[in-house]
Parts: sequence; C-alpha cells; structure tokens
Amino acid sequence: MSEPILSVRDLVKHFPITRGVLFRRTIGHVRAVDGVSLDLHPGETLGVVGESGCGKSTLAQVLMRLIPPTGGTATFEGEDLFAKKGAALTAWRRDMQIVLQDPYTSLNPRKTVGDILGEPFDIHPEVAPKGDRRRRVQELLEVVGLNPEHIRRYPHQFSGGQRQRIGIARALALRPKVIVCDEPVSALDVSIQAQVLNLLGDLQREFGLAYLFIAHDLGVVRHLCDRVAVMYLGSIVETGSAEEIYRRASHPYTQALLSSVPVPDPSLRGRREAIRLTGDAPLPSGRSPADPPSGCRFRTRCPKAQPVCAEEPPALEVRASTDHPAACHFAEPPHLVRTE
Amino acid sequence: MSELATPPDTARDESPAVEQTRGLWVDGWADLRRRPRFWIAAALILVLLLMALAPSLFTSVDPTVGELSRSRQPPGDGAIFGYDLQGRDVYARTIYGAAPSLAVGFLATLGTMVIGSLAGLLAGYSQGWADSLLSRIGEVFAGLPFVLGGIVILTSLNEPGEIVGAQELVFQVVLTIVVLTWPVAMRIMRAAAIETAQQDYVKAARALGAGPFRIVLRHILPNTLAPVLVYGAIQFGVFIGAEATLSFLGIGLRDPVVSWGVMIAEAKDRVQDIPWALFFPAGFLVVTVLAFVMMGDAVRDALDPRGR
Repeated sequence: MSEPILSVRDLVKHFPITRGVLFRRTIGHVRAVDGVSLDLHPGETLGVVGESGCGKSTLAQVLMRLIPPTGGTATFEGEDLFAKKGAALTAWRRDMQIVLQDPYTSLNPRKTVGDILGEPFDIHPEVAPKGDRRRRVQELLEVVGLNPEHIRRYPHQFSGGQRQRIGIARALALRPKVIVCDEPVSALDVSIQAQVLNLLGDLQREFGLAYLFIAHDLGVVRHLCDRVAVMYLGSIVETGSAEEIYRRASHPYTQALLSSVPVPDPSLRGRREAIRLTGDAPLPSGRSPADPPSGCRFRTRCPKAQPVCAEEPPALEVRASTDHPAACHFAEPPHLVRTE
Repeated sequence: MSELATPPDTARDESPAVEQTRGLWVDGWADLRRRPRFWIAAALILVLLLMALAPSLFTSVDPTVGELSRSRQPPGDGAIFGYDLQGRDVYARTIYGAAPSLAVGFLATLGTMVIGSLAGLLAGYSQGWADSLLSRIGEVFAGLPFVLGGIVILTSLNEPGEIVGAQELVFQVVLTIVVLTWPVAMRIMRAAAIETAQQDYVKAARALGAGPFRIVLRHILPNTLAPVLVYGAIQFGVFIGAEATLSFLGIGLRDPVVSWGVMIAEAKDRVQDIPWALFFPAGFLVVTVLAFVMMGDAVRDALDPRGR
C-alpha cells in the first residue's frame, strides 16, 4: 500500500476540569481522545464511528489544528503536523480542510455565498489571481451542484442540503488532499443524506481526495468508506476494512452498533439477533470520561464482560479468532445471521 | 455509489440575471433606503443637526437675554413657546439648547460604544486573562452609582465655583458619562462575542487559516453589532437625561450654557406655574431620542439578511 498521507500515533487530548473563579485549579481531566492511532492513505476514505461523546469531533479538531493536542504525534506527508507554525501552518491548511456537521451554524449568516466561498482565496491569495476569483467561486458552486448565479444570496435563502453543499464547496476551494468530514450528513434529512454522500463520493473520484469520515452511524458510512475505525470513550476499539467490520465485526461494541442499523428488507427482520446495549456510555451516568472504568472501558455495558476485563485493558491487536485488530479479550466474529 | 439522483437546486429558475457579489454593508444600505422609518428618522436628525450647527437660521433672538417684565408670559405673540421665569424666550433657548445636548448625547454614545465594543470584543474573543482583567475593571466602574461617580469626577476636575468654558464643560460631562457607562456596552459586546466565537463558521474560518483580525472583523463584529447598536440608540436619550441630572446637581452644564438638560432642570420645580418652559425642551428631547431609536432599529434590521 502507498505511504499514508496522514499518520496519527497515540494521539491524546485531555480537557482540564477546573474549579474556582479567581484561582482556577484543575480537579481532573476529561480524556476526550486517549491514545488514538490511525493512518489515512491518499484517495481513500477512513470512517471513524462511535456514539456521541466518544471523542470523534475532538479528534477532528485536533487534527485540523483548531485545538492543541495533549500528547501524541501526527505527520502529514511525512512532516510533523503539530510542529507547523506561522506560514507553514497556513500553507498546510490548503492541503487539509474540514466539512462541519451543522449546515445551519457553519455558514456566517451575514455573508453572501460569494463572500463565504471567496474567503479561502482571500486568505490564500496565491491560489487564484484577484480577477479570477469570481469565476473560481462560480466553478465551485457548479461542482457541488448549485446554481453559480446565486453567489449574492445569503445562507438563509438555501435549504439544509444546499447549505451543506456550500460547506463542502468551501472545503474544496483550496483543492485540499484531505478533507475531514465531521458528521457531514447527520443534521440532514435522510433523503438529502444520500445526495450529499453521493456528492462526496463523486468529488473523491474527481479530485482524488482522502476523507476522514466521522459518523455516529455505521449505516451512513457503509458505502463510502474503505476502512472503518470504531471509537469508544476516546479510544479505537476495532479497526479494519469495511468488509471486515461489516461482515466479521469481532468487538461486542461494534456488533451492537451494527445490530442497531435498520434492516431495509422486511423479510429479514427478526432473523438477526439484536444486541441492545443497556445504559449510556459512562458520560451522563455516575462515571464520566474523566473517570473511565478500569481495565476495558466498555466492560460496564458489555454482554461478555468477565473479571479479567476489569483488570486488564485489552490491546488493539489481531487475535487468534479474528482477522483484524480489535480491543477485546473475547473478540470473535458474530455467530449471527447477517443481513446480507 | 451512484451518480447524483436529482439536481437538488430548486431555486435554479428564479433569477435569470447573473447576480453581483456585494457585501453586507452595500446590501444593508440598499435595504435601508427602502425603509420609511429610516427616512423619517434621517429627516428628524437632519433638522436637529441643522439646529445645532446653525441656530441663527431658526431664531434671531438671543437665548441668554432675559427681561423680567416678560417673566412667565405664556406662548403667544412674539414668542411662540412663551417666556421662562427670567423672561427669556423659550423657543430661542430650545433651539440653542440643541447643540450642547446633541453634542453630549452623540459624543457620549460614540465613546461608550467604541470603548465598550472594543473592550468587549477583546474580552469575549481572547477570553483568558485579558477577559478577567477587563471584566474586573469594568465591574469597578459599573459598581459606582452614576450620580456619586459623576460628583466625584466633575468636582475633582473643577474647583467649586470655578468658571469653565462651555466646550470644556461639554467635554467633561461626556468624559464622566463614558467613564461610568462603558462597562455596560462591554458586557453586551462580550456576551455576544463569546457566543459568536463558538459558532461553527468561526471554526471553519480558522481551519481555512484566517487570522484573529480577519475573524474578529469579518465574522464576529458583524454578528455582534446589533445588540450594541440598539443599546447605543436607547442610551442616546438616556445620556441627554444624564446631562440634565448633572446640570441639576450644579456640576454639569450650567448657565450661561443653554442645553435641554439645563432648561429641564431649571423648569421642573415650576411645572404648574410655567409648564411651557418644561414642555418644549422635554418634547424636543423625546423627539430626538425617538429619531435615534428609530434610526438604530432600522440599521439593525438592514444589517440582518434574514429580515430581507
């Protein structure tokens, strides 16, 4: 396989929990991202899946250099990502862009679409000469399937799906090599989701983009992702090719996530075993990401939990019973009737 | 992965002409011109400004000359607004009173909004220690009661009984008001800036590599201006009233300077006796405040694209 364009090792992001008004003291840390390693190759799509609060968006923001990491390393095309400063950082931003989740808050309501899409060229004037910008903006609108004549409109004059297309066009403006998609369709209607996912797929083929695709729903990423990493409470619990994850998921958490994906075929309904997780991820209940369970983090909700799970955190590795890495002492392919 | 199912752009057939890119301010001005409220407010403000800059266009009577024989004469021949206790022409005094009143109102509003907004933007965007420092300083000034603070500042600037020129006095009153009220504008701006700085479009701009100046000027300021603008429009009238309060205490503008505040302060003890001496300056004050509130409102609406 080719060299990874983005390579992340043991990335850690802890948020301090502080008390006090005048003299702030730190009373603990929320371990939003706790030792994540991943590789993204040029032109591929890596899905990062997990439920709310598992640290996916924090991961995206750290990798976009929007918030500083607590620890770990990341390289982009072999260069240390977290060491970039000033002009080098600004230049790197041309290569990596983000599409945000909520199309209703990700566009400045007081700027026209022309201004929003012109901003990348204002910040990076070397990309397009001044006289050329208007044409570039209209080209971008056309590429994402919007009317190029609408550059004077304001975001509120567009629907949610159209706004998300504008957000994608903004990320595309500087011709990046990597786009981080932070739940780009979760705020959209299901009918619009498919359109936007198809658009992302088309753009990937046209521009050779690599996506780091963050989602909380395995179903959504299914037809877009080459590889999938499943996150739980700040760590990756299972990773593999789309085939391995969707057909031979071996971590009980991944199996539970998969069993929650709706079955489109009514005749198959009830033929597969539903795994229902009880309780929440240890965020809203008594425990918190500041104080994760000992040993395996999933053990509090795991149907397979044994005493060893409380003592020894399982490593993310390939075990005898599986063909891809999973962080579970009892990882095994599901003995269930799969839906395909 | 299939090709695009349908072209989702439903609005494609609406506008045949290619639209030009224009900014918020140009679009806002185009919108403002269509609002009658703006034109009424603008006409009133224009007349008031004319009054302040060239009072002799409106009256040839000297506002400071009093003839006791005409004391308390009601509106009628010769003086359409009547005469006050000292026998001075109320109409002439009201006209001449516009300049200091508007100067105090305008300069104090400008000062409060500019200083308060800059401090608020800095505090709200930087958060951290600059925020703590500015907020604490603001609390010191905001915690001071206005009248007490005014007495302290103005009596320490001037010796009791000292004769101060009209311009200097206007400047001192403006300074007093700005020093005592900027924290309110700062708080409004700070709250709006904190909220706006967390919006996703600010994140997206940072991801594009936008620097702090671009983010504050292009993204945060346009989205935080509305509440401060409304506050400023309302405070304009309050400040003219505050000037009257200071005049009443004998530490603000005073004779022979003519201002609406001075006139109201003089006349308010004799409302039953000579109501016209109170009514006319107070009426002009109300109309002025109304004009600026209407203007502030119209500008706020024009700068919000969602209202169009």
